[in-house]
Amino acid sequence: MRVAVLKGGRSLERGVSLRSGARVEDALQRLGHDVVALDVGGDLVKRLEAERPDVAFVAMHGVGGEDGTAQELLEILGIPFTGPGAAACARCMDKSQAKHAIREAGLPTPDWFAFSQTAFQKLGAADALGRLEQSLGFPLVVKPSRGGSSLGVKFAAAPSEVPQALVSAFSYDDRVVLERFVDGRELAVSVLGEEALPVVEAIPAEGDSYDFEARYEIGRTRFVCPAELDESQRAAVTDAALATYRVLGCSGFARIDLILGADGPQILEANAIPGLTDTSLLPQAAEAAGMSFEQLVERILDLALKPAAA
Amino acid sequence: MSEVPLPPHRRRAHTSTRDLERYAGLFAERTTVMRSSAMRDLMAITARPEVISLAGGLPDTSTFPPKSFAAQMTRIAQESAAEALQYGPTEGFEETKDCIVEVMGAEGMLVDPHDVIVTTGGQQAIDLVCKTLVDPGDVVICEAPTYPGAVPVFCSYQADVVQVECDEDGMRVDLLEQLLEQLRQEGRRPKFVYSVPTFQNPAGVTMSLERRQRLVELTRLHELLVVEDNPYGLLRYGGEPLPPLYQLDGGDFVIYVGTFSKILSPGIRLGWAVAPPPVMEKIVLGKQAADLCTSTLTQYFVREYFAEGRWRQYVGDLVEIYRGRRDTMLEALDEHFPAAATWTEPHGGLFIWATLPEYIDTGDLLAKALRADVAFVPGQAAYVDERGRNSMRLNFSGVSSSEIREGIRRIGAVVAEQVELYGALTGEQPAPVREPGAEGADVLPFRKTGEGRG
Repeated sequence: MRVAVLKGGRSLERGVSLRSGARVEDALQRLGHDVVALDVGGDLVKRLEAERPDVAFVAMHGVGGEDGTAQELLEILGIPFTGPGAAACARCMDKSQAKHAIREAGLPTPDWFAFSQTAFQKLGAADALGRLEQSLGFPLVVKPSRGGSSLGVKFAAAPSEVPQALVSAFSYDDRVVLERFVDGRELAVSVLGEEALPVVEAIPAEGDSYDFEARYEIGRTRFVCPAELDESQRAAVTDAALATYRVLGCSGFARIDLILGADGPQILEANAIPGLTDTSLLPQAAEAAGMSFEQLVERILDLALKPAAA
Repeated sequence: MSEVPLPPHRRRAHTSTRDLERYAGLFAERTTVMRSSAMRDLMAITARPEVISLAGGLPDTSTFPPKSFAAQMTRIAQESAAEALQYGPTEGFEETKDCIVEVMGAEGMLVDPHDVIVTTGGQQAIDLVCKTLVDPGDVVICEAPTYPGAVPVFCSYQADVVQVECDEDGMRVDLLEQLLEQLRQEGRRPKFVYSVPTFQNPAGVTMSLERRQRLVELTRLHELLVVEDNPYGLLRYGGEPLPPLYQLDGGDFVIYVGTFSKILSPGIRLGWAVAPPPVMEKIVLGKQAADLCTSTLTQYFVREYFAEGRWRQYVGDLVEIYRGRRDTMLEALDEHFPAAATWTEPHGGLFIWATLPEYIDTGDLLAKALRADVAFVPGQAAYVDERGRNSMRLNFSGVSSSEIREGIRRIGAVVAEQVELYGALTGEQPAPVREPGAEGADVLPFRKTGEGRG
């Protein structure tokens, strides 16, 4: 089969995407497919029309690839592709939108407020900061609304730290989310088709619990898969993840990140195109479920070609 | 599955989690301080053609005449093929050392060729010095900010890196003195002070004569070494030359690191170290273990190139080009950076160091800048601690004047947006717009107070 691997692009997560893409290309070749690697740029449509792939494997992360843009084009061109569709991607990418959908469905997610840069610059939203801080409490978490990895995510321990955290977060997106901090275990549930893979727990090294960068570095964060959960915890976490996956309209695969706090799981976000590098969580979860990386890639392709097979 | 043609090279299978853990169990302790970062990932984007990168430290090699390059290489092939393709002495060829003596002579230094070792770039010289002198936990002192490429070297030898603040006259030697006293009281003896005294990377500042003299005195007094890294000394665009530390000291307590990268080509990977004989002996042994010898082929190239006797003229050509680019960058900064920003005005070298209001984290700002297709090095890379987060290094040697102007305009625009946003969030008014030529235009790059954040 002729498979186009879409990778790179202009997103800030280009580096991760190139690594994901390279892994996927390699697995596809082993599986005997005819692989066309596309570093996504202005000529994407032309390249796709020229190469005429049977299916596209989207290995892009962040804005441009994970937000539905590339998916929209693929839908127009009639090329089947891996992972969630354009609408689901757009919903997952925007944390504020996703959280709205999650809460409306009655699923647990930490309290939050979302603001655009314009709201601060033109509407005096800063005057509402005090009230908002009172409502969320400290510490609170400031995140760019759209963006992946740990980029631009900051803790603010006191009101004086909020403006600087906002300036940082607004470097990544013109919309930010201020979220109540929930203390608990950091879990990730990868969903493949309609099936939840074993839960991964991220355990940051001592002293790194407030450093989001540490989550993406071998040695500074330990990943345990399957996470040590009792049966009722596992069921609660898995059910919450599957429900989120459905609410956001995901298909193919996605990864749901949650916190397991004292009051049960709280959903933080959904990643429409989780990382597929050596150290990424989805491949780890698949491995724990007894799937090799090649089997994982083949399954993702199957799901793209015959969604009913899910 | 049907049979498929194998790819032309071996492809490694996916590394499983178990493999990762197995490797991690084998890693040396020092790898835990060899860190990758999200910021480094961001740099992946700077390679895209639409991005104007002021992040590199690249000399402009486009002006080197291809014809003379071809002629020199042809001569080597015709006259010395066997030797040029053979191993060479670990210390380097005598002829290469003669070229090095000539280059150092151009800055007023008198050198015994026996004290010289030819290395694979100046970077290897730094590595070999560390290999020779640093045990885990040893104190290494350097400038704040320091050459970003030196930080991983110090870290990989598990040095305890202590940085001493700079101002527009280079390292604050008075603070160094205090630090040395403090270390003495704590019973910790630093092994060496690493300094780029002339047109410093990244700050662009030059250490004053008075401080140079005092630094050399101090090292004699405390019997510790100075590692003087001087890649840019000959790239002077203004001001009067100052004697290198090596010259002031006579080479007893100064280890000198030099390179052909900035005066000829970084691609030939030729640098050198000059050290007193007992130290050199160990450095040579370290070099032998590292790579036996420096490329003989490129040493032959340097020999041929110097024989033509035009190397100083080429450096002169580079100086003209870079001076113009520096001026362009300074003008553009004046025009496009907000009043709250300050920057250095280097008399040479490749870099300008700009400092923004404290609430701007240049690591995050880089993300915003990349969305505007422009890149710089966040200041954090030049520190081992949390300092420098509101500074950035800007390179003016590797890009054209028009790109410099446009690049600075783009960075200025994203900075201005951050300043305005912070004002809206806190009610603080941004500083008034700087009037061109006004008194306030003379900005001081660093805090001049004696608070000693070091």
